[in-house]
Amino acid sequence: MSELSLSIQGISKSYQIARALGAQPYRTLQEEVVALPRKLWKRARGRTDRLDTFWALQDVTFDVNKGEVVGLIGRNGAGKSTLLKILARITDPTHGRAEIYGRVGALLEVGTGFHMELTGRENIFLSGAILGMRKSEIAAKFDEIVSFAEVQQFIDTPTKRYSSGMFTRLAFAVAAYLEPEILFVDEVLAVGDAAFQKKCLGKMEDVAGQGRTVFFVSHNTQAIRQLCTRCVLLEHGRVVADGPTHETLSIYNQHLRDMRVDAETGVNNPENRRGSGAVRFTAVSVEDLAGTERYAFEMGETVRFRLSYRANQPMRGIAVVVALRSGVSRDLVTSVRHVVTTDLVPPGATGTVTVDLPEVYIRPGEYPIYFHLSESVPTKTNYDVLDDLTPPLVIAAGSRRLHDNFDPAQPFGVFSLPSRMTVDEAPAVRQDTIDRPFDDKAEMAQTGITTEN
Amino acid sequence: MGAVVRVPERRPTVVIKAETGWASLNLRELWTYRDLLFILAGREVKLRYKQTSLGVTWVVLQPLLASLIFAVMFGRFAHLPSDGHPYALFVFSGVIVWNYFSAVLQRAGNSLITDARLITKVYFPRLAIPLASTFSALIDLGVALLVLVILLIVYKVAPTWRILTLPFFIALAGISAAGVSLWLSALNVRYRDFVHAMPFLLQIWMFASPVVYATTLVPERYRFAYGLNPAVAFIEGFRWAILGASSLTLPMVALSTTISLVVFIGGAFFFRRVERGFADNV
Repeated sequence: MSELSLSIQGISKSYQIARALGAQPYRTLQEEVVALPRKLWKRARGRTDRLDTFWALQDVTFDVNKGEVVGLIGRNGAGKSTLLKILARITDPTHGRAEIYGRVGALLEVGTGFHMELTGRENIFLSGAILGMRKSEIAAKFDEIVSFAEVQQFIDTPTKRYSSGMFTRLAFAVAAYLEPEILFVDEVLAVGDAAFQKKCLGKMEDVAGQGRTVFFVSHNTQAIRQLCTRCVLLEHGRVVADGPTHETLSIYNQHLRDMRVDAETGVNNPENRRGSGAVRFTAVSVEDLAGTERYAFEMGETVRFRLSYRANQPMRGIAVVVALRSGVSRDLVTSVRHVVTTDLVPPGATGTVTVDLPEVYIRPGEYPIYFHLSESVPTKTNYDVLDDLTPPLVIAAGSRRLHDNFDPAQPFGVFSLPSRMTVDEAPAVRQDTIDRPFDDKAEMAQTGITTEN
Repeated sequence: MGAVVRVPERRPTVVIKAETGWASLNLRELWTYRDLLFILAGREVKLRYKQTSLGVTWVVLQPLLASLIFAVMFGRFAHLPSDGHPYALFVFSGVIVWNYFSAVLQRAGNSLITDARLITKVYFPRLAIPLASTFSALIDLGVALLVLVILLIVYKVAPTWRILTLPFFIALAGISAAGVSLWLSALNVRYRDFVHAMPFLLQIWMFASPVVYATTLVPERYRFAYGLNPAVAFIEGFRWAILGASSLTLPMVALSTTISLVVFIGGAFFFRRVERGFADNV
């Protein structure tokens, strides 16, 4: 009989979206006092604003047995991170209950608890203590952590002087060596180079091999396939599939294919499809050079967009725009615009174009895609806008080296652009500065970028 | 053989459920994280004086300069009462214990916002964050006490048996400071107004406490109301332990200790009640 490790029973989580108070992230005392009579009046009449409630998770129920390695997948906003945050006790569920048997190690973001001003040694103790380790336990594991992270030389250097690769390795090592009975991991493998990813996956396999439980959230279906025996699919906050990894992944892929955009998809939903409709996309797809539809790419691969449209009214030329947004801030990351034709396009005319982004230099992450159709001369009218109607483009670090000082683990900024340096005047080398860890990566990290932890 | 192996019923290590209302303090858990408390306190001390050229000298300079100004303003010009002690010594001993109290409030009040990244990414008893400030500021107080020893030698004041009660009054200052900080830090997550109110609050509070004057300045009939301020007892007590004569009375200490404990325990429960919303609000 297998032992229970994690039991999730009907977990739901709602967020109140405060519309009445606008987009303010927090309230002042004065506002609260002013709003109080209205709130009490409403409560007295038994009315609450239903519209303002957003359910991030609804009635999620499943059990995980000891030693299982379970993957959790789903599109952006499906509730994966919320579920993990509840299990990691960072936020409370609105309803439901979960039982956890054994010590939990949660790795929701690499390097939480690290402080840039502190040395590697100080940070190991700090972040170990935050993860719930006793000082003596950390001391006992100290050497292993340092050697896994390969930072022996720089252990007494402030982490702000670390290269991002060193930083990531150290952070992962601390969490991995906590030896939790249950390990929650959220998408940490998107950062770091291929060798590091392999090392982390290996370490997670070890953890699983020792009869401990791993709960792994990722967009990286490849990593899930390699690591997990079982996989849970979340959609709109609900569990829609739960079974052997290959079965769940094929359902997931099927769902992605079902989302195929046509002339009708979401036309009535002004949130992600807008425009006058004088011309409409009839199909959009994202594929690789071999013509296989997919949304996960490695840095350096070519991303191909295939766009079909149909004019419903006469158009003075046609132009397409493909843009990528940031998955976190929703800011525009980049956009390309191509004029298909400047000629008059009669109603009923159809066309298909292919737009390639050769060798994407975008750093690992998730990028919602935005498509736009207009006339060849930019006007104020939107004719068709698809915003977030396809799965997001997921870029992972790969083994490709794009340029000489390429480092996919460099988390700063959006792009990894080729750059060149020439030394015009070499500094005189002094003996006492020689042991500082200035490799070229740290050098890059220094270039005008300060990171606060 | 053939014996029935009884599998002991396993109890979950953690139960997660929607909680409303008051939660227990869960002191057992806080105890398992005790190392974190001191590592966080150590971090605060280290970070405070990194990249400062005077470093730890600031710990000495701050109360010395403040005392110098007070000694000139209030001692020399205004002739405020000092229970018969040299005014400089009187004010310095008041300033260092007050500085401890106010440093804890300032650091802890904003601590949850400063450590927002931790709160939204990892679980650990949140009480550890404001409580760490209570301990980290003790280092500053310790250094200032060494300076006080030098001043005592200069003014040729010999300690009496009362010095043995000093730890009690420092602990009282710590509990008062921690209690107020728990309220402030928790409220500050929701209402950022407290950041702005803090400097005024501390300034008013200082003049409502016997830092630059002796309690004898306060008319007799207001003494009871004055004693409701928990800072009165630990400042007067601190002086009583070091310098001797003071207007400290036993009822005052008892009242103040009770109030400090009520604020502290109430603050801890309040903190626990609102902490589950921290990650969503911060």
